[in-house]
Amino acid sequence: MMTKHVRNLLSLLQENRGLGSKMTDSKYFTTTKKGEIFELKAELNSDKKEKKKEAVKKVIASMTVGKDVSALFPDVVNCMQTDNLELKKLVYLYLMNYAKSQPDMAIMAVNTFVKDCEDPNPLIRALAVRTMGCIRVDKITEYLCEPLRKCLKDEDPYVRKTAAVCVAKLHDINAQLVEDQGFLDTLKDLISDSNPMVVANAVAALSEIAESHPNSNLLDLNPQTINKLLTALNECTEWGQIFILDCLANYTPRDDRESQSICERVTPRLSHANSAVVLSAVKVLMKFMEMLPKDLDYYGTLLKKLAPPLVTLLSAEPELQYVALRNINLIVQKRPEILKHEMKVFFVKYNDPIYVKLEKLDIMIRLASQANIAQVLAELKEYATEVDVDFVRKAVRAIGRCAIKVEQSAERCVSTLLDLIQTKVNYVVQEAIVVIKDIFRKYPNKYESVIATLCENLDSLDEPEARAAMIWIVGEYAERIDNADELLESFLEGFHDESTQVQLQLLTAIVKLFLKKPTETQELVQQVLSLATQDSDNPDLRDRGYIYWRLLSTDPVAAKEVVLAEKPLISEETDLIEPTLLEELICHIGTLASVYHKPPSAFVEGSRGVQHKRLPARAGSGESAESPDVGQSGPAEAPPAVIPSQGDLLGDLLNLDLAPPTATIPSVQPSMQMGAMDLLGGGLDSLLGGDIGGSPSMGAGLGAAPAAMPAALGSAPAVGGGLGDLFDLGGGVGMPTGAYVAPKTVWLPAMKAKGLEISGTFARRGGIIQMDLSLTNKAMSVMTDFAIQFNRNSFGLAPAGPLQVLTPLSPNQTIDVSLPLSTSGPVMKMEPLNNLQVAVKNNIDVFYFSCQYPLSLLFVEDGKMERQVFLATWKDIPNDNEAQFQIKDIHLNSDAASNKLQGSNIFTIAKRTVEGQDMLYQSVKLTNAIWVLAEMRIQTGNPNYTLSIKCRAPEVSQFVYQCYELVLKN
Amino acid sequence: MIHSLFLINNAGDLFLEKHWKSVISRSVCDYFFEAREKAVEPDNVPPVIRTPHHYLINIYREKIFFVSVIQTEVPPLFVIEFLHRVAETFQDYFGECSETTIKDNVVIVYELLEEMLDNGFPLATESNILKELIRPPTILRTMVNTITGSSNVGETLPTGQLSTIPWRRAGVKYTNNEAYFDVVEEIDAILDKSGTTVFAEIQGVIDACVKLSGMPDLTLSFMNPRLLDDVSFHPCVRYKRWESERVISFIPPDGNFQLMSYHISAQNLVAIPVYVKQNISFFETGSSGRLDITVGPKQTMGKTVECLVVTVHMPKVVLSANLNATQGTYNYDPVTKILVWDIGKLNSQKLPNLKGSLSLQSGAPKPEENPSLNIDLKIQQLAISGLKVNRLDMYGEKYKPFKGVKYVTKAGKFQVRT
Repeated sequence: MMTKHVRNLLSLLQENRGLGSKMTDSKYFTTTKKGEIFELKAELNSDKKEKKKEAVKKVIASMTVGKDVSALFPDVVNCMQTDNLELKKLVYLYLMNYAKSQPDMAIMAVNTFVKDCEDPNPLIRALAVRTMGCIRVDKITEYLCEPLRKCLKDEDPYVRKTAAVCVAKLHDINAQLVEDQGFLDTLKDLISDSNPMVVANAVAALSEIAESHPNSNLLDLNPQTINKLLTALNECTEWGQIFILDCLANYTPRDDRESQSICERVTPRLSHANSAVVLSAVKVLMKFMEMLPKDLDYYGTLLKKLAPPLVTLLSAEPELQYVALRNINLIVQKRPEILKHEMKVFFVKYNDPIYVKLEKLDIMIRLASQANIAQVLAELKEYATEVDVDFVRKAVRAIGRCAIKVEQSAERCVSTLLDLIQTKVNYVVQEAIVVIKDIFRKYPNKYESVIATLCENLDSLDEPEARAAMIWIVGEYAERIDNADELLESFLEGFHDESTQVQLQLLTAIVKLFLKKPTETQELVQQVLSLATQDSDNPDLRDRGYIYWRLLSTDPVAAKEVVLAEKPLISEETDLIEPTLLEELICHIGTLASVYHKPPSAFVEGSRGVQHKRLPARAGSGESAESPDVGQSGPAEAPPAVIPSQGDLLGDLLNLDLAPPTATIPSVQPSMQMGAMDLLGGGLDSLLGGDIGGSPSMGAGLGAAPAAMPAALGSAPAVGGGLGDLFDLGGGVGMPTGAYVAPKTVWLPAMKAKGLEISGTFARRGGIIQMDLSLTNKAMSVMTDFAIQFNRNSFGLAPAGPLQVLTPLSPNQTIDVSLPLSTSGPVMKMEPLNNLQVAVKNNIDVFYFSCQYPLSLLFVEDGKMERQVFLATWKDIPNDNEAQFQIKDIHLNSDAASNKLQGSNIFTIAKRTVEGQDMLYQSVKLTNAIWVLAEMRIQTGNPNYTLSIKCRAPEVSQFVYQCYELVLKN
Repeated sequence: MIHSLFLINNAGDLFLEKHWKSVISRSVCDYFFEAREKAVEPDNVPPVIRTPHHYLINIYREKIFFVSVIQTEVPPLFVIEFLHRVAETFQDYFGECSETTIKDNVVIVYELLEEMLDNGFPLATESNILKELIRPPTILRTMVNTITGSSNVGETLPTGQLSTIPWRRAGVKYTNNEAYFDVVEEIDAILDKSGTTVFAEIQGVIDACVKLSGMPDLTLSFMNPRLLDDVSFHPCVRYKRWESERVISFIPPDGNFQLMSYHISAQNLVAIPVYVKQNISFFETGSSGRLDITVGPKQTMGKTVECLVVTVHMPKVVLSANLNATQGTYNYDPVTKILVWDIGKLNSQKLPNLKGSLSLQSGAPKPEENPSLNIDLKIQQLAISGLKVNRLDMYGEKYKPFKGVKYVTKAGKFQVRT
């Protein structure tokens, strides 16, 4: 009966309304007629509710597929005042999409939103506040504040949790507004909310805001908040758990007891069905585990608990596996013991996607040990006969890596490689030759018997890397290969068509050959030297040719010593991640950084000044020095750098120009961008740290540069001081505790600004940065409508409010204004660093000028470092970052100096007296959380102070020095 | 968080986009298309793609790429998990997750996506909450809505959304109260030429279909819980009780859900139900080869092996196969180079055999790679690990429910190398 009834109705509908026979939404896709918009407009304005809704649905469908239906904006907005929830939602959807392009129209919708925020139905209240946040129109945001404030305190937790997210949205649109309105504090309060979902969302919102605000200390974690988070962790949704776990990972427990108790409460998350929850839990555990004493029973238990969940991740969908594998790669490097018995789960299945196969292979090699090498080799040999070329190549390479890693297996690996060479599959042979070269470099004089087999395949080599490897082998073992000269000569024929890599290799190999068998090969060596020096455009090749030529012609004995020098063995594992980077990445398990194996500062756009995360120190291992005696500790130990497979650069010229291992290539590309970011977090030095540390000559060059600079720059503050004497406007000069404020200088002369003269200075008063301005009207007419704006600058300085010039400025009148500044503006590195470009507008025109602020403006009040931390940090910063300066003609004793500096937030942490010399150890913290460490030496009776400054961002050192000089001299 | 989502079909057409923050131009997908082209096979597209300003994280399900755009540091697993959840929700709502169904239900899809994320933060991903907010389409409802003007959007706040058990709605009522559990185990294994196990493990899940009125509190216990040392639970399971008593105690979601999954990797526990004797060889001359495969039972615990299928990925040069099967049928697809031998039930008296010759492209060299065999099978009424449910108890409600447990073992990624 029912169906029949419905069928009747249906046919009726089709006749009357002309609906398609398909009762689905796909009909919305079919309208492509010309007058479509016009037709929809008519339908939207229809009196019939049903027709209206249908029309809105059609509009949404068009929007979804990317058609432009923005012309219907007013008509759709008119449908908003309805009781029908679905219609309301649809209109909201539309609004979110198009409000940006129609900001004035969007304001029409504001009233309905405000009304909906008072609706008795919490679903509607939440929906309204949610949608308002998605309308990314500046004008609307101010109307949003009041309803949002109410919703944040709503009695219904569903509304509160929605409002929490809305704060993050609003922050994205207008950060300043959110701060001014105190929403951040409200958000912080929500961490203590009784409802776990509200807590989770508050954490999520704060984390997102904190990402663009590295020093705001938004997520101020203390044992109480941690406890609240852990409680909420058990009750909130899976997504909330991820937010909370990621937030927990940023906390550093006070001691191993606290660390253990957090671990205990996090462990159950390892059994969660959501793999993201599992991985975030792994991150927390890996980090906090670092603090547990290794002999603790619990430590062992925890290690055991970590293996099964990681293995389980590998049975999930391939995309999840991929991310899991990238992270396991890190975990295996940090703590190989966790998965040492799980080798088999990394065995490759032939229907795994290629990206999973390659990752598995990598981990297999990391886990390879004497105990399981037989199994691994059998697998690798299997893989080497697969179809996928990339995978096969990597498998062959992996065999070579096994040989280098597990000495006992080397022989078996070599014979496996020989078997593979017998297959004559071209790319397998080439790959095998490349790895055999590495095996020779690890175990010299052991497997040379295979050379004959290798030589048989000479003709099939067409890849530069394989050709170069083969040539190297021939040159290195020239004395054992009877026809070495013939072989090398055959390569020489097409010398100019070879890649640089092969050319260089050939040059070196022939010189080696000559030194070993001088009688027969004189002609050959002359030929190659002339090819390299006379016929080549490549400067590297030419230079190397000339070096050899001169060496050979002046002192053949020396040539022998250089070219045939004993080479160091290549290191065991060639592609380990550098330890400090590894530590940082362990702190970022589960993030994009962990997928790319690069520090977050290297690539995530929009996260300005990412803070470097470090693993916490194990209990009891902290330095126990009583006074910081860094002055005498000599060069701080460089982090243990991994010896790259190139080996000693001087000893083996051959590899100097070989393509570097792929891992280092990407660092070149982001370095431009990083130049700016480095300031904010010291990203660059960690990235390049290994390289710089390894080549002392380069480090010295860098160190010398900043030291030379202050002499030139030192004159600038002196001028400022001179002006100060003349005008003596700065009240702070005589006060021992107040910060020094430079007198105002003219920034914008009246001639350049149609009669407006601006002079000003900067001051830091009670933690607030202010720009003190004097505006003088030297024109004939009244000036009004003042406004100010800054260009992006190094430290994100931005006006915290509008320029308050309330009354019009009449001719010849001067007005003094203080403009509070914040440091949350957009960041761009400026030259010089402390340069600030300002635009001032009035009713006449817009004027631009630039000025420089003293860096002391950015010294925050809590810049006093713990002694221990100071000591550790000082050692940790590479010596290349140290800069030395002289401050001349200061007649203060050390206490007075230290008092004076304290007024400008330069804090003395410790003082020592050695042989009549006072050493002051001082710390400064910038608003973007860069720490600057300084050591000041004062010799009694000597008016010249010596200042050593160390900072992760060495660019700031000279500006800090300028501040010292300014403060001490005034 | 998650900024935007693009749905792209196998042909490379972008057919749906959704933005949760500002609109990102669809041209960002060009980077995806580039990667897609490079990967050749859709399965091989890397899940995380870096572009100058964004990251694209994608999954490939049911011939659709779900491509999400992110701009800030977001855990990639979080995004991938979420995308899978989206695909599952579509499946749940429309019966299948395909381009056609998505296009047919585009407004619901849009409403769903809007409910699932807010500003990129997950909002409601539990199926029962979503279903209260947005009703799934049924032919009847679509028609009734069209006639009466009522909508498929719920008017009230879903009850589950705020409770600490968001997975269950209040006021559930059934005339027949029943709870069924399926213990499904899949064997993942690699056997080498000689039949030795290179690697084997069991992936198990317990799927539940619970239709019980009110707020039942269930406890499921096993005969041999010691087997399980690596488990993942549905959020409803009380982990503490599992830790202390090894029982699964939970208030179930309403309807179908996965109660838990587990993983048994200890080699000695993984029984291999069949063995395969095979010989595939290619002759140096004459452009031909031979194939001979026999399958027999190994450790079947006295049960019958059913739905036995052997799949062989032949080398590219194999043009056709002329074979003879003693049982079942075979089919060789010369385009995909896949040989499928559908055996059916395994008869232990008379072992099934497939034998014959392969003809290769003339003049082509003898193929280097060895084809792998893939085995599919099913064993009813057996969990190959030996896991057995002991009992199911219900607290909190007075009625007597119907209870049932079913076991089944399947082959997962079960391959034999040649």
